[in-house]
Amino acid sequence: MNSLPDFQYLRPATAADALRMHAANPASHYIAGGTDLMPNIRRGLVTIGAAIDLGGLGELAEIVEQGGALRIGSGVSLARIAAHSEVQVRLPAVAQAALSVAGPTHRAGGTLGGNLCLDTRCNYYNQSEAWRAGNNYCMKRDGEGCRVAKKSKRCYAAFSGDVAPALIAMNAEVEILGARGVRRQPLTELYQDDGMKWLTLAPGELLLTVSVPLDDVWVSAYEKVRMRGAIDFPLAGVAVALRREKDVLTGLRIACTGVASQPLLIDGLDAVLGKPLDDASLALIAEQADLANRSMKTTLVDVLYRRGVSLVLAKRLTQRLWDAAA
Amino acid sequence: MKTILRLSVNGTPREDAVAGNALLIDYLRDGLGLSGTKQGCDGGECGACTVLVDGLPRLACGTLAHSVAGREVETIESLSHEGNISRLQRAFHEHLGAQCGFCTPGMIMAAEALLRSNPQPDRAQIREALAGNLCRCTGYVKIVDSVEAACGTEHAL
Ligand SMILES: Cc1cc2nc3c(=O)[nH]c(=O)nc-3n(C[C@H](O)[C@H](O)[C@H](O)COP(=O)(O)OP(=O)(O)OC[C@H]3O[C@@H](n4cnc5c(N)ncnc54)[C@H](O)[C@@H]3O)c2cc1C
Ligand code: SF4
Ligand code: FES
Ligand code: FES
Repeated sequence: MNSLPDFQYLRPATAADALRMHAANPASHYIAGGTDLMPNIRRGLVTIGAAIDLGGLGELAEIVEQGGALRIGSGVSLARIAAHSEVQVRLPAVAQAALSVAGPTHRAGGTLGGNLCLDTRCNYYNQSEAWRAGNNYCMKRDGEGCRVAKKSKRCYAAFSGDVAPALIAMNAEVEILGARGVRRQPLTELYQDDGMKWLTLAPGELLLTVSVPLDDVWVSAYEKVRMRGAIDFPLAGVAVALRREKDVLTGLRIACTGVASQPLLIDGLDAVLGKPLDDASLALIAEQADLANRSMKTTLVDVLYRRGVSLVLAKRLTQRLWDAAA
Repeated sequence: MKTILRLSVNGTPREDAVAGNALLIDYLRDGLGLSGTKQGCDGGECGACTVLVDGLPRLACGTLAHSVAGREVETIESLSHEGNISRLQRAFHEHLGAQCGFCTPGMIMAAEALLRSNPQPDRAQIREALAGNLCRCTGYVKIVDSVEAACGTEHAL
């Protein structure tokens, strides 16, 4: 573990101030709970001139119901989200995902914004300086080439946040503050499949809030597989949101994490709609989830296992929600 | 660059000149001599450095000291008064919840946070609250026993 590099500490009082501070200090990073960023700084994975602490931005720390949606500030802690009764009852996938992040102390400090903007992960990257030096680094930090896919020109580090797939399955939108003001976009558009630049945010752009439609016809769930049951990133995680009307499946959204450099919304599921869920539908769901899966050997666990377990989770959660909605 | 940090540590208001990049754990241990808080891992993995910030558990190894300005920080040193250890500390002592003792301050602070919000937790709730605290010695059973004993919910032997 490295000692911390020298950097300035800045504490804006408003989101607009935060943006101004970032513009004035190009090598700066926003810091919320710090549970992802601080270990990364200490491993020498981040170049930092100033830490801009978002902890003083009260405007980002609220959960409010507004216009048929729940609006969650990016500064709200994961512990608060998991314990929020409205989230538990009406957005269970989101509550389950928040509760499955790391350990309770991480969740008390770790925020929704930090979880959605979490750095991508790879066995060759999340290591100490000495370990990475011994393996001659890689293109994601300090070196060249990729240790996972030798001839690759791109990095395959996996996006491993738990809450993003749950929010994507629930059709969430985000509000982003940038140089030209506030814009709103689907959460899916926050991401792209590149382990080195997984967010579409321009430098200094700030995630303000996440809005999730409160549509009680949809039911949802999230499940992940991890190495250590008590505290760990997902090897693979799947969120399913489903709408059943009588004996007809009228809506299905499935999103995965840990299996690409971005959280993935599985497409090609329309063919299972308009009829009851049956074995053929589950087979199609598995096929589409497998097609989308881009797992690479970025964890100690085998790629085939992560692929296989994603399909199992997608099928299992879909079946469970379908049965429960009867 | 050092700037003034105002906060409360173990009930005492303080003003110290602290560098912008100083970690809370270094401020507590090296700055204030409160060496009860331990650094057990290479950052964020083990919970040995758990302290309370406004009553909630927080990893001091991953927290910038300035980020807790104006807040109430409590370390393991705050639990004993005039040589008398707390109920939780006594329970760890009597029920062999500590062996080498390195994880113990973090375990006790995480348990303290739990007991303040839920004075009568069951074993599952204790295990959940301590899920982020690693121990290489005890096998955890004695630790859960100790927390149960401290709140008087232990099963009769
Ligand atoms: C041992 C351990 C286990 C973990 N397990 C899991 C796990 O199982 N699942 C999981 O998802 N995560 C896990 N994490 C990672 C982390 O704890 C969580 O993802 C947490 O939610 C991060 O939030 P934070 O507020 O601490 O983020 P920070 O560390 O403060 O920030 C993370 C990144 O997001 C950026 N950022 C933060 N807020 C904003 C914003 N509003 N706008 C723009 N950028 C922003 C920061 O600049 C930084 O780059 C684990 C971490 C550790 C140390
Ligand atoms: S996927 Fe390749 S380039 Fe990316 S972090 Fe891993 S080894 Fe490095
Ligand atoms: S020392 Fe802080 S978590 Fe290990
Ligand atoms: S008592 Fe030794 S690590 Fe827990």
